[in-house]
Amino acid sequence: MRTAIVEHTLDSAALLAEVSNMASGASTLFVGTVRCVNEGKDVTGIDYSAYGPMAESELAMIAGEAAARFGTSRIAVEHRVGTLTLGEASIVIAVSHARRAAAMDAQRFLIEEIKQRVPIWKREHYADGSREWIDPTVCVAASGAA
Amino acid sequence: MEISVLLFASWSDALGPSVTVQVPAVATVRDVLEAVLARAGGRALPKPLVAVNHRYARSETPVRAGDEVALIPPVAGG
Repeated sequence: MRTAIVEHTLDSAALLAEVSNMASGASTLFVGTVRCVNEGKDVTGIDYSAYGPMAESELAMIAGEAAARFGTSRIAVEHRVGTLTLGEASIVIAVSHARRAAAMDAQRFLIEEIKQRVPIWKREHYADGSREWIDPTVCVAASGAA
Repeated sequence: MEISVLLFASWSDALGPSVTVQVPAVATVRDVLEAVLARAGGRALPKPLVAVNHRYARSETPVRAGDEVALIPPVAGG
């Protein structure tokens, strides 16, 4: 089990390789990326910032909960902070388990808990030059995507 | 006592990366939050949670000198 807040480009294949082994019949990979439109506005990039020490500890706590609940410690999560451009990955979650259902359930649990609890914020940059902090308690995203 | 409170996102934009507030010697998260809200005046800022020593805290959680207190506006990671 490994979790980290990082400033570098995420390597999803490396995280997948990190969790996979011969005993795992199923490995899942979730990649959250910066999309070009949000709430009807053209997005050109996103600044992600974190309360570093708490984000690290909350992320580790969530991974520990997932491990206990779904029965696998083969979990790797990296969340990137800094300025990201369109299409870049902000988060990668890799989970391996002997069974696919548990692997997928663990991954869903991880992303939902991370979005609710880890102190990370994003400020979108728009095509018109404006910038805005995103408040998910106010904005209802069209599809609930990452 | 004086408590320094870390701020993030829109709160940090409005008031800076931290504020120092005065609260009673026996204080709770509620006291600290009220003091910071008073500092924000009428500004429209999103309702925050409060963390003490890197853990989410309840209104009645005690705050002691030297604790690391932070306002956590609605998070948007992922």
